[in-house]
Amino acid sequence: MTADAIAGDLGAAVRVDGLRVELKTGQAVVEDVSIDVRPGEVLGLVGESGSGKTTTALALLGYARPGSRITNGTVEVAGHQLTGRGEKALRALRGRVVSFVPQNPATSLNPALRIGDALADMLRAHAPNRSRDESVLATLGRVELPPNRAFARRYPHQLSGGQQQRVTIASALICEPSAVVMDEPTTGLDVVTQSRILDEIDRLRRESRLGVVYVTHDLAVVAAIADRIAVMYAGRIVESGSAREILSRPRHPYTLGLISSIPDHVTPRRLRGIPGVAVGVDERPVGCAFFPRCGQRQQTCELEPPPTTDVAARHQVRCFEWRVTPALVAPTPLGESEARPSIAPLLRVERLRASYGGRHETVVAASEITFDLAYGECLALVGESGSGKTTIARCIAGLHEPSAGRILLGDETLAGKAKARSLEERRRIQIVFQNPADSLNPRRRIIDEIARPARLLRGFTRQQAGQETTLVLERVRLPARLARRFPGELSGGELQRVAIARALAANPDLLVCDEITSALDVSVQAAVLDLLGELRRDLGLALLFISHDLGVVASIADRVLVLEHGHAREEGPTRRLLAHPREQYTRLLLESAPRIPEPASTTSFGDA
Amino acid sequence: MPEALRFLRSGTGGVGLVLLVLVVGLALIGPFFAPHALDEPIGLPYASPSSAAPLGTDELGRDVLSRVLWGGRSVLLLAGIATAIAYAAGLLVGLLAGYTRSLLDPILMRSADVLLSFPALLFLLVLVAGAGTSNAILVIGVAVIQFPQIARIIRSATLAQSTRGFVEAAVARGERTAAILRRELLPNIVGPISADLGLRFTYSIILVASLNFFGLGLQPPSSDWALMISENRSGLTLNPWSVLAPAVLIALLTIAVNMVGDAVARTQEQSALTVGRRS
Repeated sequence: MTADAIAGDLGAAVRVDGLRVELKTGQAVVEDVSIDVRPGEVLGLVGESGSGKTTTALALLGYARPGSRITNGTVEVAGHQLTGRGEKALRALRGRVVSFVPQNPATSLNPALRIGDALADMLRAHAPNRSRDESVLATLGRVELPPNRAFARRYPHQLSGGQQQRVTIASALICEPSAVVMDEPTTGLDVVTQSRILDEIDRLRRESRLGVVYVTHDLAVVAAIADRIAVMYAGRIVESGSAREILSRPRHPYTLGLISSIPDHVTPRRLRGIPGVAVGVDERPVGCAFFPRCGQRQQTCELEPPPTTDVAARHQVRCFEWRVTPALVAPTPLGESEARPSIAPLLRVERLRASYGGRHETVVAASEITFDLAYGECLALVGESGSGKTTIARCIAGLHEPSAGRILLGDETLAGKAKARSLEERRRIQIVFQNPADSLNPRRRIIDEIARPARLLRGFTRQQAGQETTLVLERVRLPARLARRFPGELSGGELQRVAIARALAANPDLLVCDEITSALDVSVQAAVLDLLGELRRDLGLALLFISHDLGVVASIADRVLVLEHGHAREEGPTRRLLAHPREQYTRLLLESAPRIPEPASTTSFGDA
Repeated sequence: MPEALRFLRSGTGGVGLVLLVLVVGLALIGPFFAPHALDEPIGLPYASPSSAAPLGTDELGRDVLSRVLWGGRSVLLLAGIATAIAYAAGLLVGLLAGYTRSLLDPILMRSADVLLSFPALLFLLVLVAGAGTSNAILVIGVAVIQFPQIARIIRSATLAQSTRGFVEAAVARGERTAAILRRELLPNIVGPISADLGLRFTYSIILVASLNFFGLGLQPPSSDWALMISENRSGLTLNPWSVLAPAVLIALLTIAVNMVGDAVARTQEQSALTVGRRS
């Protein structure tokens, strides 16, 4: 053990050694996890869904979800042992020694409790002698909320999403714990709010010498905040080290794949996803869990899990072949779009206005929106939640009736409702939704789901539609055997491909993509974006791509339309708009979007 | 195992189905094995079990066993048909109201609420008083009482499903309303339906039994489990079997229906939950 590591031991805020959490059936969800976090340090715990990162985060509070338990290892926070204690002893430590900031503040704050009272409850439990009023107001001030009684008397629903998350952070800090575990605290927030919260966390940990474990799937966010990174895959930490080292010279092929999957809005690049699908808890192999997806595997990898190996001081990797992991190549900037959009307009939206209305008030979701889209072109609608981008997509798909304005397909004005449109019009416009788990009927086989549009909109017979299904499944690179399955048997990435295949079965001219990658893991997102690019090249498909993620937009769109509160703010070719934004709002979006500093030039570090 | 039979994997589903088959089988083929005629006195009233009458005799000295074997058909038939009619109407109204969310919704639901506001038994008594006692009136009355609550459950289940992506995809394809209801919505509300169905059937049996108890349903000498309980309740201490045997069978029938319904509902929920879990 190096002197460095021993020094770390003495004052470690969090120390986890050999942690194992297993299901009742004995399968390990998390295995052999060891981390240490010093006071004032942020550890980014990174992993895709199913990697065990949340299980690890909860174990830091001595907690295991119902149906699972901590069976091995120790968790120590500021010298307090959390493993092997009774529930009562743990309760006394949680909140006082280590506290938790959950992902969704809207559901984790009690809606019936004034926020001041919610904060005071923490004090009542852990520090009954402190003056409650004073501490509550002081803590509100610490997270930059108004430190006055009027604000403390508000209910959670009277706060914005960002304010709500500040309240949960305040309640995690009010008893002055040594460590805070944050589980994707900014995932549900807009980029602008996210960037403010990240600054906040950064300031707080410096001021209070907090040890922070920041759990997320988003490496770009981690790059913005973490000192050290631990990458999890299939329940184990596959690589850990300083953020700088991991992001610039990853040694595990999985880390490398993850970083290469992340789209970037400053240097738009061709994304490379990781082939294959992450293994589930019940199908983890004996050897290295990454083996089936790995490009540098050897026979030994399959036989036993690789041990943790030191690459350098405080940089460990769990890979036999880490020495051959290629260096991160400087991103090849995307050339001019390979798809050649024609000049003929396919879709024109003229002064579109859409609103949601109750009997008494109407909320205008989009107003005076005008744009056009050529055959084969990809236009991105970008904006935060509430910008109206999804409403516009729904109007075009015939799911929401505009209150004013026109939508023209070719020269024909489209009816507001899909039902009132002609068969041909319905065929030419297809929509893919955000949540893949929701967009396929769970009671229907994939083949029936895909064959339906081909039969209804193209008049195919059952047999023709069956052949078409095989074709489009191949197009979206899914094996034909999936056709007989039900949606519940597929992963999120596979489901989204099926949803795209269903749209393709109609042989459309325009694909409306409503945030179709935001529910996916980055490595899967990269593959889906790659697929969309291919479809544009091969089929001449036009895309209306709705997204809040500028990096994603940069890697796929020809043109961008920036929306704010239902108004179009700025429109232009992607490259020009991202490099030289004209509008204040666009600039704000760009500055707030987290990104990984460029690996090639070491000088550019730290200023991102 | 086919999708439809997956509920058997849970213990309660299998036990429930076996019970259900036994009780329904007894009700259907029982009459062929009845040792005595339905209305033939074979001994003293409320005699204890003997070799001639294994379950003793009832208030008129008739064989309890024979009457039990005869008495299941009407319970199954009347309650079953009433539940089926109520469900057919409830499904149609609930699906339409929940899916369209148009003017149709308040109109359908408020008129269902009007029905809901009548006390169930009072409504049936008035109906029977006005239209006379007949099995058809009985069935329709019970169905009308059950219908509003069924429509409400179906409507709220439909409402929850109707904003999901696959329904919107069907709307964007321009599918007919009937196709959306049948293909997209109906299969996805099977869970709440099957949990509710058992309960409704139980309630139908209770309603039919109540009417029989008041003498407004089936008329003597026909045999019916519910009717037997009301006929023989005064002789409970003399020959407990005359009340216990039909009561136990009604209980078994309703328990079996509910066990199967719950098991189906559970498997439906589970399979819906697994969607998108693996990623």
